[in-house]
Amino acid sequence: MEKVFGRSKGLSGTPFSFCPGCTHGIIMRLIAEVLEELDIIEETIGVSPVGCSGFCQDFFTCDFVSGAHGRAQAIGNGIKRALPDKIVFTYQGDGDIAGIGTQHAIHTAARGEKITSIMVNNALYGMTGGQMAPTTLKGMKTTTTPYGREVEVYGYPIDLPKIIAALDGAVYVASVSVDTPKNVLQTKKAIKKAFRVQQAGLGFALVSVLSTCPTNWGLSPQESLKWLRENMMPFYAMGELKATEEVKNL
Amino acid sequence: MVKKVLMKGNEIIAQAAIEAGCKLFFGYPITPSTEIIEYLAKHLPKAGGTVLQAEDEIGAISMCYGAAATGARVMTASSSPGISLKQEGLSYCAAAELPVVVVNVNRTGPGLGGLGPMQSDYFQSTKGGGHGDYRLLVLAPSKAQELYDLTMEAFDLADKYRNPVLLLTDGFLGQMMEPVELKPKPASPEFDRSWIVNGAKGRKKRIIASYALSNEVGEAINLHWEAKYKELKEKEQRWEEFYAGDADYLIVSYGTTARIAKSVVLNARRKGIKLGLIRPITLWPFPEKAFLPYKEKIKGAVTVELNTGQMIEDVKLALECKVPVHLYRRLGGMLPTEDEILAFVEKTFCPGLEEV
Ligand SMILES: Cc1ncc(C[n+]2csc(CCOP(=O)(O)OP(=O)(O)O)c2C)c(N)n1
Ligand code: SF4
Repeated sequence: MEKVFGRSKGLSGTPFSFCPGCTHGIIMRLIAEVLEELDIIEETIGVSPVGCSGFCQDFFTCDFVSGAHGRAQAIGNGIKRALPDKIVFTYQGDGDIAGIGTQHAIHTAARGEKITSIMVNNALYGMTGGQMAPTTLKGMKTTTTPYGREVEVYGYPIDLPKIIAALDGAVYVASVSVDTPKNVLQTKKAIKKAFRVQQAGLGFALVSVLSTCPTNWGLSPQESLKWLRENMMPFYAMGELKATEEVKNL
Repeated sequence: MVKKVLMKGNEIIAQAAIEAGCKLFFGYPITPSTEIIEYLAKHLPKAGGTVLQAEDEIGAISMCYGAAATGARVMTASSSPGISLKQEGLSYCAAAELPVVVVNVNRTGPGLGGLGPMQSDYFQSTKGGGHGDYRLLVLAPSKAQELYDLTMEAFDLADKYRNPVLLLTDGFLGQMMEPVELKPKPASPEFDRSWIVNGAKGRKKRIIASYALSNEVGEAINLHWEAKYKELKEKEQRWEEFYAGDADYLIVSYGTTARIAKSVVLNARRKGIKLGLIRPITLWPFPEKAFLPYKEKIKGAVTVELNTGQMIEDVKLALECKVPVHLYRRLGGMLPTEDEILAFVEKTFCPGLEEV
């Protein structure tokens, strides 16, 4: 019988440790497929964050470095500066990259560091049990905003990709989602482009992926997808936020 | 013999790093350490290396973490407030066993402090600093040639033990001009490179990490680190002795103050006081072995420090409190004079002598 779908060579076979309905796993699978399709598994060094995806080094077949919460991009910059011919990517939650690691996010982009960052935005801190993140929406309930995020107290959510797109060193910025099969394909295309940008040495590339957290949202997997579509997608700027001419010509 | 040149302390460190094969430097400017990044920005690229001014010291040490994971020789340098920011990264480097060389040109503190020399970061350097039960190998040069030689050796030690090495100097040593012989680096031994990440080509993938969610695994890793620290304690204690052999009294001092203490010893000897000096060169591991022959023999000791009494705790332990140990200190960037130290020694150990 013809095999139509199998596990990517980019994945080790270690079972994902995510909750049922969590879309972290889909995003990791897409990255693995891209690494395989571009034939760069053996050239790639991943950098993992601290958060629910903090164990992604176990799931991939490429080399991996894991460090402190929020530091993945700075670590990735160090790796890439030491090994300019290798491919370096970071996989980070929204708290990791847009909260504790903001300074690295801004300056990695400003310097045009030739690495690829994948940001997974579930609008809260998943790993620690659903606290407010910089990305938590207005009025959204989390364990540290039990009455909903009051902007008078907690301020407004950050749309990091929009900020990054404004920096000259960032050449490709996309905000995508994995809520439908069509969007999953779109996400894969964006991730692939972000890696090709790095292969071509054009500059910094960021792909932000909207992701579900059924556990901390208190919703079923199905309801979570609906909630993401109805609440996150209207707030966050979606699509290709930036692609320089050189990137378009890739 | 190589000709001697006159150089600033910080520049000597930077030149030694280049000679030692340092290929990457990540830093953030702060007085009185800035000459290190400035010198390297000028000279390291010519030697095939990379210098990057990071967004802050947390970024700089995290970049070192990443670069060291690839097996490259990497260094960062800063001064007290910046070293505080590096503590997170140092804890992670120690846990992931990454060979990184870090320079602290100690200025005054706490807080923003001033630009003068202090030895106020002794506790931070030798007792942890960041979270977790780890140790840094801490080297304390006290003259130009040592700044050069110990910086070069720091890279070999970091590679040998897969541990961060801290070179602790201060605002005086960093800024002083002194002649130095820029000797070529002796050949390094071959170091194990079977752990580095550089792309899993033709081999199994490798992971550099420091998490241990199961307590059993956590204990095993801590035992592994403990064994390494024990080996360091056994093999790497270093110190210099100056007129210690027949001494009745010992000064214990490192770095800048040890320079002054040497003159104090000579002046005391001229007055008939049998004073000697033990100068720790490694602050961790603290050179306890240096005190073994003296703890039953001497009548007292005095530590001369630029803090309110930090190393004195280790000296008391090393002497097992068998003799009185006193502290003479200056603070806030001030340096003691030879005369005031000698007066303290006389007043403390030889009362009556002054009146003669
Ligand atoms: C310095 C530090 N502060 C806090 C934590 C605790 N912590 C672990 S993961 C995390 C938040 C992760 O959230 P996010 O990056 O959004 O990823 P998610 O788990 O939602 O995928 C926090 C606060 C830590 N590990 N280190
Ligand atoms: S807590 Fe949320 S983000 Fe984390 S694995 Fe579970 S569903 Fe996914």
